[in-house]
Amino acid sequence: MVRYSPGTALWSDPLSTLRRIQEEMNRGVGGSRWHATTEFPPLNVWRGEGGVLVTAEVPGVSIDDIELTVHQNTLTIKGKSVPDGNVPEESFHRRERHYGPFGRTIALPYGVDSDGVKATTNNGILTIELPRPETEKPKRIEITQG
Amino acid sequence: MTDNTSGVSAGTERTAQGTRDVPVFSPTTDIHETADALIVTVEMPGIDKDGVNVALEQRELTIAGHCRPFVPDGFALTHAEYREGDFERSFTLSDAIDGSAIQASMKDGILTLTLPKAKPEPSKTINVTAG
Repeated sequence: MVRYSPGTALWSDPLSTLRRIQEEMNRGVGGSRWHATTEFPPLNVWRGEGGVLVTAEVPGVSIDDIELTVHQNTLTIKGKSVPDGNVPEESFHRRERHYGPFGRTIALPYGVDSDGVKATTNNGILTIELPRPETEKPKRIEITQG
Repeated sequence: MTDNTSGVSAGTERTAQGTRDVPVFSPTTDIHETADALIVTVEMPGIDKDGVNVALEQRELTIAGHCRPFVPDGFALTHAEYREGDFERSFTLSDAIDGSAIQASMKDGILTLTLPKAKPEPSKTINVTAG
């Protein structure tokens, strides 16, 4: 399993990401739902002209237990997953789910105005919208003939 | 409690594919027992409650969830750590379940099933008559 460290590598060209996904699938380890990380929560990052969308799988985590911090170009997701009620160990027939605190920090391609950030959860998916501030948008420079 | 998708650990894709062009995963599941019921909790992130199907036939419990892929307009996926897909898994239950009283609820991507144990048939005394 390839560990993928978020950071600058996150913003390598999209094609390399696609290639990597394809490689993993071809290798036969693509049977896993989770690609390149064992970190929780697993994240998908989407990029558009207006900004970045980050989605995370957080099944069973209440939005009240999630804390987001944006500082310049760094997004931090922190939270905890807590079991429903107190079930004695011996009454489990099968136990596959995990609980506890979690945290991820990723680098964004530009500084973000934290006031513009919106986050929602729906069916166990956290969606974070990070609009690109006007000042960070690329500007076309007119070239004048000298 | 037998997992009928044996040999397949949670979170892995099964080779059997339906007509839909999405992978099918075995969802992560907890099962515990109370005095009068079995409680099954299944992680199905991204699945709406309308996309969930639960069936009990004899003692075989089948759980399925159908995803609606997330395709944000004007955005391209640049970094992927998880894949979307359908979920399917079946279990053979060790206890007889009262199929008419099953309760299912969905919250934050977790399906919770309450499967009440069937009340045992009252024992009958059989009189032996002299032939």
